[in-house]
Amino acid sequence: MAKTITQEFVKGLWDEIPPFRLVLGLCPTLAVTKSVENGLGMGVAVVFVLVCSNMLVSLLRNIIPSKVRIACFIIIIATFVIVVELVMQAYAYPLFLTLGIFIPLIVVNCIVLGRAEAFAYKNGVVRSIVDGFGMGIGFTISLTALGAVREVFGSGTFFGISVFGPSFQPFTFMIEAPGAFVCLGLMLCMMNLAGNK
Amino acid sequence: MREIIKMIVVLTVLSAFSGGLLAAVRGGTMEKIEYQQLVFVKGPAIRNILEGCSNDPIVDRFKIKDGDIERSFFVGVFDGKADTVTFESFGKGFGGDIGLMVGVNINDDKIIGMGVTTHSETPGIGSKAKTDPKFSNQFKGLSAVEPCKVKPDGGEIDAMSGATVTSKGVCVGVTEAGNIYKRLKPQIAEKMKEFK
Repeated sequence: MAKTITQEFVKGLWDEIPPFRLVLGLCPTLAVTKSVENGLGMGVAVVFVLVCSNMLVSLLRNIIPSKVRIACFIIIIATFVIVVELVMQAYAYPLFLTLGIFIPLIVVNCIVLGRAEAFAYKNGVVRSIVDGFGMGIGFTISLTALGAVREVFGSGTFFGISVFGPSFQPFTFMIEAPGAFVCLGLMLCMMNLAGNK
Repeated sequence: MREIIKMIVVLTVLSAFSGGLLAAVRGGTMEKIEYQQLVFVKGPAIRNILEGCSNDPIVDRFKIKDGDIERSFFVGVFDGKADTVTFESFGKGFGGDIGLMVGVNINDDKIIGMGVTTHSETPGIGSKAKTDPKFSNQFKGLSAVEPCKVKPDGGEIDAMSGATVTSKGVCVGVTEAGNIYKRLKPQIAEKMKEFK
């Protein structure tokens, strides 16, 4: 049953890729993926929080009493989230403005808490870091892909650069909230199709 | 009992550590965040007012203590002379405070420009105070040391149609800026000498 380090990493990229397979953390997934840049920014923030919190939870797993473990996890996660928030404000202010409330909301993101509870609390430090990194990258890929599809069709741009030329009529439905659901559903469907073969 | 003590100790230590780390990060990023906010919130108005200046007014700023509050002043250098200063003041609008930047030439005390930065006025009506240059340009060339009023009140400013309260609020803000300027002029002039 024991997995190798590589397997721990790779599982986050396909088998257990967070928003698509675990279907966790849908709130930021649906809300911030109006553009590639937002998706990527959000993903990077989550990678940082996930790796750091997994590492710390795993380091402290023998000290944290199991009755107050959730409270401890929340303190650890919240600390790193605020670090991300401050750093983002200092170095990427426009991104901070567009992501807005969704950065502080990483605190209650199911993936981060879920990985701390389900993995880091039971596994060693190296494995936990690798797991956090893999899950984080998986989350980033998902958000970037979803953001790319929605931005390309919804506003006809990719990273803000026009792809179809000026005559393109943007399919604005895609950048509205319902577009996010439809888009996510179609991507899930395609992943299942690919996985069943 | 031992279990409870352990829980308390762990949570306390963890919280204390977290607090310490956050204080350190906050201390390290505070200046940078302040700068970013200036660039993205007040920056556009400042640049608009000091159009054609040869320096970066957001870098060339100084602070003066005015009673209990500290005010930031942004310096504009024209033709090699630092003689223009831009600063913020507030007026009461229809939907709350209107924040505005006013640029004043310290040689002749004349307003060289005014720009609204933050407001919560009605979109499309009062919000024109920020977006319509026809309104904000009226303030150019007025004297900074005299009260600014709309025409019905005996002043020189044409109020925006449908947005009398906002127009008056902006005038109050500009008048307030004039008061700040009058009050702090000696210190401003002193500080301006450092920018050449």
